[in-house]
Amino acid sequence: MALLEITDLRSGYGAIEVLKGLSLKVEAGEIVTVIGANGAGKTTTLMTISGCVKARDGRISFDGNDLASVPAHEIVKRGLAQSPEGRKIFPRLSVLENLEMGAFTRNDKPGIREDIEKSFQYFPILKERQKQLGGTLSGGEQQMLAIARALMSRPKLLLLDEPSLGLAPMIVLKIFDVIRELNRQGMSVLLVEQNARMALRLAHRGYVMETGTITMTDKAEVLLNDPRIQAAYLGE
Amino acid sequence: MQPILADGNGGALFWELLVNGLVMGSLFALIALGYSLVYGIIELVNFAHGDLFMLGAAMTYTLTALAVSWFGTVTPGGMSFAIVLGLLLIVPFFCGGANILIDRAVYRPLRRAPRLVPLVSALGVSFVLVNIGQLWIGTSPLSLENKAQLVSDDSLIQMGEVPLKWKDAVVLITVVPVMVGLTWLVKFTRLGKAMRATAQNLVAAQLMGIGVERVIASTFFVGGYLAGLAAVVYTLKIGRIEYQMGFQNGLYAFTAAVVGGIGNIPGAVLGGLLLGFIYSFGGGYSQGNWVDALIFGVLIVLLIFRPTGLLGSRSREKV
Repeated sequence: MALLEITDLRSGYGAIEVLKGLSLKVEAGEIVTVIGANGAGKTTTLMTISGCVKARDGRISFDGNDLASVPAHEIVKRGLAQSPEGRKIFPRLSVLENLEMGAFTRNDKPGIREDIEKSFQYFPILKERQKQLGGTLSGGEQQMLAIARALMSRPKLLLLDEPSLGLAPMIVLKIFDVIRELNRQGMSVLLVEQNARMALRLAHRGYVMETGTITMTDKAEVLLNDPRIQAAYLGE
Repeated sequence: MQPILADGNGGALFWELLVNGLVMGSLFALIALGYSLVYGIIELVNFAHGDLFMLGAAMTYTLTALAVSWFGTVTPGGMSFAIVLGLLLIVPFFCGGANILIDRAVYRPLRRAPRLVPLVSALGVSFVLVNIGQLWIGTSPLSLENKAQLVSDDSLIQMGEVPLKWKDAVVLITVVPVMVGLTWLVKFTRLGKAMRATAQNLVAAQLMGIGVERVIASTFFVGGYLAGLAAVVYTLKIGRIEYQMGFQNGLYAFTAAVVGGIGNIPGAVLGGLLLGFIYSFGGGYSQGNWVDALIFGVLIVLLIFRPTGLLGSRSREKV
Protein backbone atom coordinates (compact mmCIF):
# COMPACT_ATOMS: atom_id res chain seq x y z
CA MET A 1 0.00 0.00 0.00
CA ALA A 2 1.18 3.50 -0.78
CA LEU A 3 2.26 5.70 2.14
CA LEU A 4 0.01 8.50 0.94
CA GLU A 5 -2.85 7.93 -1.42
CA ILE A 6 -5.19 10.71 -2.49
CA THR A 7 -8.32 9.83 -4.44
CA ASP A 8 -10.70 12.28 -6.14
CA LEU A 9 -9.94 15.02 -3.65
CA ARG A 10 -12.03 18.18 -3.75
CA SER A 11 -11.43 21.24 -1.60
CA GLY A 12 -11.33 25.01 -1.75
CA TYR A 13 -12.13 28.26 -0.01
CA GLY A 14 -15.71 29.48 0.36
CA ALA A 15 -17.45 29.42 -3.00
CA ILE A 16 -14.24 28.72 -4.88
CA GLU A 17 -13.37 25.12 -5.56
CA VAL A 18 -9.63 24.78 -6.09
CA LEU A 19 -9.07 21.02 -6.16
CA LYS A 20 -11.45 19.37 -8.60
CA GLY A 21 -10.94 15.67 -8.14
CA LEU A 22 -7.23 15.28 -7.52
CA SER A 23 -5.59 11.88 -7.26
CA LEU A 24 -1.97 11.10 -6.52
CA LYS A 25 0.15 8.82 -4.39
CA VAL A 26 3.50 8.66 -2.68
CA GLU A 27 5.18 5.32 -1.96
CA ALA A 28 7.39 4.96 1.09
CA GLY A 29 10.94 6.06 0.28
CA GLU A 30 10.00 8.13 -2.75
CA ILE A 31 10.50 11.74 -3.68
CA VAL A 32 7.41 12.77 -5.61
CA THR A 33 7.01 16.21 -7.11
CA VAL A 34 3.95 18.11 -8.21
CA ILE A 35 4.74 20.77 -10.79
CA GLY A 36 2.38 23.32 -12.21
CA ALA A 37 1.80 26.99 -12.81
CA ASN A 38 0.80 29.57 -10.23
CA GLY A 39 -2.79 29.01 -9.17
CA ALA A 40 -2.97 25.38 -10.27
CA GLY A 41 -3.78 24.37 -6.68
CA LYS A 42 -0.42 23.01 -5.51
CA THR A 43 -0.43 24.82 -2.17
CA THR A 44 -4.09 23.98 -1.59
CA THR A 45 -3.19 20.32 -2.13
CA LEU A 46 -0.60 20.40 0.65
CA MET A 47 -2.82 22.50 2.94
CA THR A 48 -5.66 20.01 2.50
CA ILE A 49 -3.36 17.08 3.27
CA SER A 50 -2.20 18.90 6.41
CA GLY A 51 -5.81 19.58 7.40
CA CYS A 52 -5.59 23.39 7.34
CA VAL A 53 -8.10 23.40 4.49
CA LYS A 54 -11.01 21.01 4.87
CA ALA A 55 -11.46 18.30 2.27
CA ARG A 56 -14.94 18.47 0.75
CA ASP A 57 -14.92 15.15 -0.98
CA GLY A 58 -12.58 12.29 -1.78
CA ARG A 59 -10.11 10.34 0.31
CA ILE A 60 -6.72 11.08 1.80
CA SER A 61 -5.29 7.86 3.08
CA PHE A 62 -2.01 8.04 4.97
CA ASP A 63 -0.22 5.03 6.37
CA GLY A 64 -3.46 3.06 6.12
CA ASN A 65 -5.69 5.65 7.89
CA ASP A 66 -8.17 8.10 6.46
CA LEU A 67 -7.08 11.67 7.19
CA ALA A 68 -10.02 13.57 5.74
CA SER A 69 -11.79 14.06 9.09
CA VAL A 70 -8.69 14.38 11.29
CA PRO A 71 -8.13 17.91 12.67
CA ALA A 72 -4.96 19.72 11.57
CA HIS A 73 -3.19 19.49 14.92
CA GLU A 74 -3.66 15.71 15.05
CA ILE A 75 -2.20 15.17 11.61
CA VAL A 76 1.33 16.04 12.72
CA LYS A 77 1.17 13.24 15.28
CA ARG A 78 0.31 10.78 12.52
CA GLY A 79 3.67 11.47 10.89
CA LEU A 80 3.04 14.22 8.37
CA ALA A 81 4.98 17.47 8.54
CA GLN A 82 5.02 20.44 6.23
CA SER A 83 7.43 23.21 5.36
CA PRO A 84 4.85 25.68 4.09
CA GLU A 85 4.87 28.19 1.26
CA GLY A 86 6.49 31.42 2.38
CA ARG A 87 8.30 29.48 5.17
CA LYS A 88 6.04 30.83 7.95
CA ILE A 89 8.85 31.02 10.48
CA PHE A 90 7.88 32.33 13.93
CA PRO A 91 9.52 35.76 13.58
CA ARG A 92 9.88 36.63 17.26
CA LEU A 93 11.10 33.23 18.40
CA SER A 94 14.77 32.34 18.18
CA VAL A 95 16.01 29.74 15.72
CA LEU A 96 16.31 27.28 18.58
CA GLU A 97 12.77 28.02 19.81
CA ASN A 98 11.46 27.62 16.26
CA LEU A 99 13.02 24.16 16.17
CA GLU A 100 11.58 23.31 19.58
CA MET A 101 8.17 24.41 18.33
CA GLY A 102 8.54 21.85 15.55
CA ALA A 103 8.69 19.21 18.27
CA PHE A 104 5.54 20.52 19.99
CA THR A 105 3.80 17.14 19.80
CA ARG A 106 6.73 15.32 21.40
CA ASN A 107 7.94 15.30 24.98
CA ASP A 108 11.07 13.18 24.87
CA LYS A 109 13.57 15.89 25.79
CA PRO A 110 16.76 13.93 24.99
CA GLY A 111 15.36 12.85 21.62
CA ILE A 112 14.46 16.44 20.78
CA ARG A 113 17.93 17.61 21.76
CA GLU A 114 19.41 14.94 19.51
CA ASP A 115 17.23 15.96 16.57
CA ILE A 116 18.20 19.61 16.99
CA GLU A 117 21.85 18.57 16.75
CA LYS A 118 20.99 16.56 13.66
CA SER A 119 19.38 19.55 11.97
CA PHE A 120 22.50 21.59 12.79
CA GLN A 121 24.48 18.96 10.88
CA TYR A 122 22.23 19.31 7.86
CA PHE A 123 22.20 23.11 8.09
CA PRO A 124 25.33 24.32 9.95
CA ILE A 125 24.32 27.97 9.47
CA LEU A 126 21.36 27.37 11.82
CA LYS A 127 23.76 26.44 14.59
CA GLU A 128 25.57 29.75 14.16
CA ARG A 129 22.26 31.58 14.16
CA GLN A 130 20.53 29.58 16.92
CA LYS A 131 20.10 32.54 19.29
CA GLN A 132 18.93 34.90 16.56
CA LEU A 133 15.23 35.69 16.06
CA GLY A 134 13.60 33.87 13.15
CA GLY A 135 12.47 37.14 11.59
CA THR A 136 16.06 38.37 11.23
CA LEU A 137 17.25 35.46 9.08
CA SER A 138 17.81 35.71 5.35
CA GLY A 139 15.31 34.04 3.01
CA GLY A 140 17.57 31.03 2.46
CA GLU A 141 18.20 30.60 6.17
CA GLN A 142 14.48 30.81 6.85
CA GLN A 143 13.85 28.10 4.27
CA MET A 144 16.44 25.87 5.93
CA LEU A 145 14.84 26.57 9.29
CA ALA A 146 11.37 25.75 7.93
CA ILE A 147 12.58 22.37 6.68
CA ALA A 148 14.51 21.63 9.86
CA ARG A 149 11.48 22.64 11.94
CA ALA A 150 9.23 20.28 9.97
CA LEU A 151 11.71 17.44 10.55
CA MET A 152 11.54 17.99 14.31
CA SER A 153 8.27 16.06 14.53
CA ARG A 154 10.04 12.99 13.08
CA PRO A 155 7.64 12.67 10.15
CA LYS A 156 7.23 9.69 7.88
CA LEU A 157 6.36 12.02 5.02
CA LEU A 158 7.75 15.51 4.50
CA LEU A 159 5.64 17.98 2.55
CA LEU A 160 7.66 20.78 0.96
CA ASP A 161 5.95 23.79 -0.59
CA GLU A 162 8.16 25.78 -3.01
CA PRO A 163 11.43 25.50 -1.10
CA SER A 164 13.23 27.27 -3.96
CA LEU A 165 10.98 30.33 -4.06
CA GLY A 166 12.92 33.59 -4.24
CA LEU A 167 16.27 32.04 -3.36
CA ALA A 168 19.65 32.36 -5.08
CA PRO A 169 20.53 29.31 -7.25
CA MET A 170 23.45 28.38 -4.98
CA ILE A 171 21.17 28.22 -1.94
CA VAL A 172 18.56 26.22 -3.84
CA LEU A 173 21.22 23.66 -4.80
CA LYS A 174 22.28 23.38 -1.17
CA ILE A 175 18.71 22.86 0.02
CA PHE A 176 17.97 20.30 -2.69
CA ASP A 177 21.15 18.42 -1.71
CA VAL A 178 19.82 18.16 1.81
CA ILE A 179 16.45 16.90 0.55
CA ARG A 180 18.26 14.25 -1.49
CA GLU A 181 20.31 13.25 1.55
CA LEU A 182 17.20 13.06 3.75
CA ASN A 183 15.60 10.80 1.19
CA ARG A 184 18.69 8.60 1.12
CA GLN A 185 18.24 8.17 4.88
CA GLY A 186 14.70 6.93 4.18
CA MET A 187 12.51 10.05 4.29
CA SER A 188 9.58 10.12 1.88
CA VAL A 189 9.02 13.54 0.31
CA LEU A 190 6.17 15.24 -1.51
CA LEU A 191 7.62 18.32 -3.17
CA VAL A 192 5.55 21.05 -4.75
CA GLU A 193 7.55 23.31 -7.06
CA GLN A 194 7.35 25.94 -9.75
CA ASN A 195 10.98 25.32 -10.56
CA ALA A 196 10.06 22.24 -12.60
CA ARG A 197 13.53 21.46 -13.87
CA MET A 198 15.15 21.27 -10.45
CA ALA A 199 12.21 19.41 -8.99
CA LEU A 200 12.14 16.77 -11.75
CA ARG A 201 15.90 16.26 -11.48
CA LEU A 202 15.51 15.55 -7.77
CA ALA A 203 12.32 13.48 -7.77
CA HIS A 204 11.65 9.86 -8.68
CA ARG A 205 8.22 10.55 -10.06
CA GLY A 206 6.30 13.66 -11.03
CA TYR A 207 2.76 14.90 -11.44
CA VAL A 208 1.70 17.80 -13.61
CA MET A 209 -1.11 19.83 -12.13
CA GLU A 210 -3.43 22.18 -14.01
CA THR A 211 -6.44 24.01 -12.53
CA GLY A 212 -7.13 21.58 -9.74
CA THR A 213 -6.49 18.21 -11.36
CA ILE A 214 -3.57 16.05 -12.42
CA THR A 215 -3.09 16.10 -16.17
CA MET A 216 0.05 13.98 -16.54
CA THR A 217 2.15 11.68 -14.43
CA ASP A 218 5.25 9.64 -15.09
CA LYS A 219 8.77 8.93 -13.95
CA ALA A 220 10.61 12.20 -13.44
CA GLU A 221 13.16 11.63 -16.22
CA VAL A 222 10.38 10.82 -18.68
CA LEU A 223 8.63 14.08 -17.83
CA LEU A 224 11.93 15.95 -18.13
CA ASN A 225 12.28 14.73 -21.71
CA ASP A 226 8.66 15.12 -22.72
CA PRO A 227 8.39 17.87 -25.35
CA ARG A 228 5.08 19.13 -23.98
CA ILE A 229 6.54 19.53 -20.51
CA GLN A 230 9.63 21.13 -21.96
CA ALA A 231 7.51 23.66 -23.81
CA ALA A 232 5.13 24.45 -20.98
CA TYR A 233 7.29 24.20 -17.86
CA LEU A 234 10.96 24.02 -18.76
CA GLY A 235 11.15 27.00 -21.07
CA GLU A 236 12.67 25.18 -23.99
CA MET B 1 -14.85 60.23 37.41
CA GLN B 2 -13.64 60.02 40.99
CA PRO B 3 -12.55 63.41 42.27
CA ILE B 4 -9.26 62.96 43.98
CA LEU B 5 -8.99 64.32 47.48
CA ALA B 6 -6.44 67.03 47.62
CA ASP B 7 -5.89 67.55 51.31
CA GLY B 8 -2.54 68.10 52.99
CA ASN B 9 0.43 69.94 51.58
CA GLY B 10 1.90 69.66 48.10
CA GLY B 11 4.45 66.96 48.90
CA ALA B 12 1.94 64.68 50.55
CA LEU B 13 -0.47 65.25 47.68
CA PHE B 14 2.21 64.18 45.23
CA TRP B 15 2.80 60.89 47.01
CA GLU B 16 -0.89 60.26 47.40
CA LEU B 17 -1.40 60.78 43.70
CA LEU B 18 1.54 58.50 43.00
CA VAL B 19 0.00 55.66 45.01
CA ASN B 20 -3.38 56.30 43.43
CA GLY B 21 -1.78 56.30 39.97
CA LEU B 22 -0.08 53.00 40.69
CA VAL B 23 -3.34 51.47 41.83
CA MET B 24 -5.45 52.79 38.95
CA GLY B 25 -2.64 51.89 36.56
CA SER B 26 -2.63 48.28 37.75
CA LEU B 27 -6.37 48.13 37.18
CA PHE B 28 -6.10 49.56 33.67
CA ALA B 29 -3.26 47.15 33.01
CA LEU B 30 -5.36 44.14 34.02
CA ILE B 31 -8.11 45.14 31.61
CA ALA B 32 -5.63 46.18 28.92
CA LEU B 33 -4.10 42.69 29.01
CA GLY B 34 -7.42 41.25 27.89
CA TYR B 35 -7.47 43.49 24.82
CA SER B 36 -3.85 42.83 24.07
CA LEU B 37 -3.89 39.04 24.47
CA VAL B 38 -6.88 38.62 22.20
CA TYR B 39 -5.60 41.11 19.65
CA GLY B 40 -2.21 39.44 19.69
CA ILE B 41 -3.70 36.11 18.79
CA ILE B 42 -6.53 36.84 16.33
CA GLU B 43 -6.06 40.56 15.57
CA LEU B 44 -9.48 41.37 16.92
CA VAL B 45 -10.10 44.52 18.96
CA ASN B 46 -12.62 43.01 21.32
CA PHE B 47 -14.73 46.10 22.03
CA ALA B 48 -16.93 44.06 24.33
CA HIS B 49 -14.07 43.54 26.77
CA GLY B 50 -14.81 46.65 28.88
CA ASP B 51 -18.41 45.53 29.25
CA LEU B 52 -17.31 42.10 30.35
CA PHE B 53 -15.44 43.95 33.11
CA MET B 54 -18.72 45.68 33.98
CA LEU B 55 -20.51 42.32 34.23
CA GLY B 56 -17.73 41.19 36.55
CA ALA B 57 -18.46 44.18 38.75
CA ALA B 58 -22.17 43.34 38.65
CA MET B 59 -21.34 39.79 39.70
CA THR B 60 -19.18 41.14 42.52
CA TYR B 61 -22.08 43.25 43.73
CA THR B 62 -24.63 40.44 43.47
CA LEU B 63 -22.44 37.92 45.26
CA THR B 64 -21.72 40.43 48.02
CA ALA B 65 -25.42 41.15 48.40
CA LEU B 66 -26.06 37.40 48.60
CA ALA B 67 -23.39 36.97 51.23
CA VAL B 68 -24.88 39.81 53.26
CA SER B 69 -28.35 38.28 53.10
CA TRP B 70 -26.93 34.98 54.36
CA PHE B 71 -24.56 36.22 57.04
CA GLY B 72 -26.19 39.51 58.08
CA THR B 73 -24.08 42.61 58.48
CA VAL B 74 -20.53 42.23 57.29
CA THR B 75 -17.81 44.45 58.68
CA PRO B 76 -14.08 44.36 57.93
CA GLY B 77 -12.54 41.35 59.60
CA GLY B 78 -12.50 37.59 59.26
CA MET B 79 -15.84 37.25 57.48
CA SER B 80 -15.19 40.04 55.01
CA PHE B 81 -11.80 38.53 54.28
CA ALA B 82 -13.48 35.24 53.40
CA ILE B 83 -15.99 37.02 51.17
CA VAL B 84 -13.24 38.94 49.34
CA LEU B 85 -11.38 35.69 48.81
CA GLY B 86 -14.55 34.07 47.51
CA LEU B 87 -15.12 36.94 45.09
CA LEU B 88 -11.54 36.71 43.85
CA LEU B 89 -12.09 33.01 43.20
CA ILE B 90 -15.52 33.11 41.57
CA VAL B 91 -15.80 36.32 39.55
CA PRO B 92 -12.69 35.81 37.39
CA PHE B 93 -13.93 32.33 36.44
CA PHE B 94 -17.34 33.77 35.63
CA CYS B 95 -15.81 36.39 33.30
CA GLY B 96 -13.34 33.93 31.76
CA GLY B 97 -16.11 31.44 31.06
CA ALA B 98 -18.37 34.15 29.62
CA ASN B 99 -15.54 35.29 27.36
CA ILE B 100 -15.08 31.75 26.01
CA LEU B 101 -18.81 31.54 25.31
CA ILE B 102 -18.78 34.89 23.48
CA ASP B 103 -15.88 33.77 21.33
CA ARG B 104 -17.49 30.43 20.59
CA ALA B 105 -20.85 31.91 19.67
CA VAL B 106 -19.89 35.14 17.92
CA TYR B 107 -16.26 35.39 16.85
CA ARG B 108 -15.35 31.82 15.99
CA PRO B 109 -17.82 31.45 13.11
CA LEU B 110 -16.16 34.55 11.62
CA ARG B 111 -12.56 33.34 11.95
CA ARG B 112 -11.97 33.40 8.19
CA ALA B 113 -14.05 36.50 7.50
CA PRO B 114 -12.39 39.85 6.72
CA ARG B 115 -11.06 41.63 9.84
CA LEU B 116 -13.78 44.28 9.82
CA VAL B 117 -16.58 41.75 10.27
CA PRO B 118 -15.78 40.41 13.75
CA LEU B 119 -14.92 43.98 14.76
CA VAL B 120 -18.50 45.04 14.05
CA SER B 121 -19.74 41.93 15.87
CA ALA B 122 -17.64 42.98 18.86
CA LEU B 123 -19.43 46.33 18.92
CA GLY B 124 -22.70 44.41 18.83
CA VAL B 125 -21.62 42.17 21.70
CA SER B 126 -20.67 45.29 23.64
CA PHE B 127 -24.23 46.63 23.34
CA VAL B 128 -25.69 43.25 24.29
CA LEU B 129 -23.54 43.10 27.42
CA VAL B 130 -24.46 46.67 28.36
CA ASN B 131 -28.12 45.73 28.07
CA ILE B 132 -27.60 42.63 30.16
CA GLY B 133 -25.91 44.82 32.75
CA GLN B 134 -28.83 47.25 32.61
CA LEU B 135 -31.31 44.45 33.26
CA TRP B 136 -29.11 42.99 35.96
CA ILE B 137 -28.19 46.00 38.09
CA GLY B 138 -30.56 48.68 36.82
CA THR B 139 -29.71 52.09 35.46
CA SER B 140 -28.76 53.99 38.61
CA PRO B 141 -25.37 53.58 40.28
CA LEU B 142 -25.21 51.08 43.10
CA SER B 143 -23.05 51.46 46.16
CA LEU B 144 -21.34 48.35 47.38
CA GLU B 145 -20.55 50.06 50.64
CA ASN B 146 -24.24 50.39 51.43
CA LYS B 147 -24.36 46.59 51.34
CA ALA B 148 -21.23 45.72 53.19
CA GLN B 149 -17.91 47.17 54.05
CA LEU B 150 -15.62 44.46 52.85
CA VAL B 151 -12.38 46.39 53.00
CA SER B 152 -11.66 48.81 55.76
CA ASP B 153 -11.11 52.51 55.14
CA ASP B 154 -8.10 52.42 57.45
CA SER B 155 -4.51 52.64 56.46
CA LEU B 156 -2.45 49.52 56.22
CA ILE B 157 0.78 51.39 56.78
CA GLN B 158 1.71 55.01 57.08
CA MET B 159 4.62 56.16 54.94
CA GLY B 160 5.57 59.50 56.48
CA GLU B 161 2.50 61.63 55.97
CA VAL B 162 1.11 59.38 53.30
CA PRO B 163 -1.11 56.44 54.14
CA LEU B 164 -1.27 53.26 52.10
CA LYS B 165 -4.91 52.42 52.46
CA TRP B 166 -6.19 48.87 52.67
CA LYS B 167 -8.28 49.51 49.56
CA ASP B 168 -5.20 50.33 47.56
CA ALA B 169 -3.18 47.56 49.15
CA VAL B 170 -5.80 44.97 48.14
CA VAL B 171 -5.41 46.01 44.51
CA LEU B 172 -1.62 45.76 44.59
CA ILE B 173 -1.58 42.53 46.60
CA THR B 174 -3.85 40.94 43.99
CA VAL B 175 -2.41 42.41 40.83
CA VAL B 176 1.31 41.88 41.35
CA PRO B 177 1.23 38.08 41.81
CA VAL B 178 -1.20 37.76 38.92
CA MET B 179 1.15 39.66 36.63
CA VAL B 180 4.02 37.42 37.71
CA GLY B 181 1.83 34.37 37.16
CA LEU B 182 0.80 35.53 33.71
CA THR B 183 4.40 36.14 32.69
CA TRP B 184 5.28 32.67 33.87
CA LEU B 185 2.32 31.17 32.02
CA VAL B 186 3.22 32.81 28.73
CA LYS B 187 6.97 32.25 28.96
CA PHE B 188 7.32 28.79 30.39
CA THR B 189 4.20 26.66 30.07
CA ARG B 190 3.17 24.55 27.11
CA LEU B 191 0.03 26.64 26.72
CA GLY B 192 2.13 29.81 26.77
CA LYS B 193 4.39 28.47 24.06
CA ALA B 194 1.36 27.55 21.99
CA MET B 195 -0.10 31.02 22.55
CA ARG B 196 3.06 32.74 21.39
CA ALA B 197 3.35 30.54 18.33
CA THR B 198 -0.30 31.02 17.41
CA ALA B 199 0.03 34.78 17.84
CA GLN B 200 3.05 34.91 15.56
CA ASN B 201 1.74 32.68 12.80
CA LEU B 202 -1.55 30.85 13.15
CA VAL B 203 -1.12 28.55 10.16
CA ALA B 204 2.41 27.60 11.14
CA ALA B 205 1.19 26.88 14.67
CA GLN B 206 -1.41 24.54 13.22
CA LEU B 207 1.29 22.81 11.17
CA MET B 208 3.32 22.26 14.37
CA GLY B 209 0.41 20.27 15.79
CA ILE B 210 -0.96 23.04 18.00
CA GLY B 211 -4.74 22.97 18.42
CA VAL B 212 -5.19 26.65 17.67
CA GLU B 213 -8.90 26.78 18.50
CA ARG B 214 -8.15 25.51 21.99
CA VAL B 215 -5.37 28.07 22.29
CA ILE B 216 -7.72 30.87 21.21
CA ALA B 217 -10.38 29.73 23.70
CA SER B 218 -7.74 29.66 26.45
CA THR B 219 -6.66 33.17 25.50
CA PHE B 220 -10.22 34.44 25.78
CA PHE B 221 -10.45 32.71 29.16
CA VAL B 222 -7.26 34.31 30.45
CA GLY B 223 -8.33 37.75 29.18
CA GLY B 224 -11.75 37.37 30.78
CA TYR B 225 -10.21 36.06 33.99
CA LEU B 226 -8.06 39.18 34.30
CA ALA B 227 -11.06 41.43 33.57
CA GLY B 228 -13.00 39.64 36.31
CA LEU B 229 -10.14 40.09 38.73
CA ALA B 230 -9.96 43.78 37.82
CA ALA B 231 -13.72 44.04 38.37
CA VAL B 232 -13.48 42.66 41.91
CA VAL B 233 -10.64 44.87 43.08
CA TYR B 234 -12.07 47.90 41.26
CA THR B 235 -15.41 47.44 42.98
CA LEU B 236 -13.72 47.01 46.34
CA LYS B 237 -11.65 50.14 45.84
CA ILE B 238 -14.19 52.48 44.24
CA GLY B 239 -17.19 50.99 46.03
CA ARG B 240 -19.67 52.02 43.34
CA ILE B 241 -20.82 50.33 40.13
CA GLU B 242 -23.08 51.19 37.22
CA TYR B 243 -23.98 49.56 33.95
CA GLN B 244 -22.02 52.05 31.84
CA MET B 245 -18.74 51.67 33.74
CA GLY B 246 -17.42 49.30 31.11
CA PHE B 247 -17.31 51.90 28.39
CA GLN B 248 -14.99 54.45 29.95
CA ASN B 249 -12.76 51.96 31.72
CA GLY B 250 -12.65 49.82 28.61
CA LEU B 251 -11.65 52.80 26.53
CA TYR B 252 -8.88 53.71 28.99
CA ALA B 253 -7.64 50.15 29.01
CA PHE B 254 -7.76 49.86 25.23
CA THR B 255 -5.79 53.10 25.04
CA ALA B 256 -3.29 51.64 27.49
CA ALA B 257 -2.93 48.55 25.31
CA VAL B 258 -2.33 50.67 22.21
CA VAL B 259 0.10 52.99 24.00
CA GLY B 260 2.09 49.98 25.20
CA GLY B 261 1.98 48.30 21.81
CA ILE B 262 -1.11 46.16 21.29
CA GLY B 263 -0.40 42.45 21.33
CA ASN B 264 2.53 42.96 23.68
CA ILE B 265 2.09 41.80 27.29
CA PRO B 266 4.68 43.94 29.11
CA GLY B 267 3.47 46.77 26.86
CA ALA B 268 -0.08 46.49 28.20
CA VAL B 269 1.23 46.68 31.76
CA LEU B 270 3.47 49.65 30.96
CA GLY B 271 0.66 51.41 29.09
CA GLY B 272 -1.75 50.74 31.96
CA LEU B 273 0.63 52.19 34.53
CA LEU B 274 1.37 55.22 32.37
CA LEU B 275 -2.34 55.86 31.95
CA GLY B 276 -2.89 55.35 35.66
CA PHE B 277 -0.36 58.04 36.48
CA ILE B 278 -1.76 60.46 33.91
CA TYR B 279 -5.24 59.76 35.25
CA SER B 280 -4.19 60.30 38.83
CA PHE B 281 -1.90 63.32 38.42
CA GLY B 282 -4.02 64.91 35.71
CA GLY B 283 -7.12 64.48 37.82
CA GLY B 284 -5.38 65.60 41.00
CA TYR B 285 -3.90 68.80 39.66
CA SER B 286 -6.83 69.77 37.41
CA GLN B 287 -9.67 68.69 39.68
CA GLY B 288 -10.58 66.05 37.14
CA ASN B 289 -11.44 68.47 34.35
CA TRP B 290 -8.67 67.56 31.94
CA VAL B 291 -8.17 63.86 32.49
CA ASP B 292 -9.64 62.60 29.24
CA ALA B 293 -8.03 65.34 27.17
CA LEU B 294 -4.67 64.52 28.75
CA ILE B 295 -4.97 60.77 28.29
CA PHE B 296 -6.03 60.90 24.68
CA GLY B 297 -3.62 63.76 23.96
CA VAL B 298 -0.78 61.53 25.12
CA LEU B 299 -2.17 58.72 22.95
CA ILE B 300 -2.24 60.93 19.86
CA VAL B 301 1.23 62.41 20.35
CA LEU B 302 2.78 59.06 21.20
CA LEU B 303 1.28 57.33 18.20
CA ILE B 304 2.61 60.01 15.88
CA PHE B 305 6.15 59.29 17.02
CA ARG B 306 5.79 55.58 17.80
CA PRO B 307 2.94 54.16 15.72
CA THR B 308 3.54 50.67 17.10
CA GLY B 309 3.29 51.84 20.72
CA LEU B 310 6.01 51.88 23.35
CA LEU B 311 6.97 48.20 23.13
CA GLY B 312 5.21 47.22 19.92
CA SER B 313 7.21 45.00 17.66
CA ARG B 314 8.40 46.12 14.29
CA SER B 315 9.82 42.84 13.12
CA ARG B 316 8.11 41.67 9.99
CA GLU B 317 8.15 38.31 8.39
CA LYS B 318 10.21 38.00 5.29
CA VAL B 319 8.32 36.50 2.40
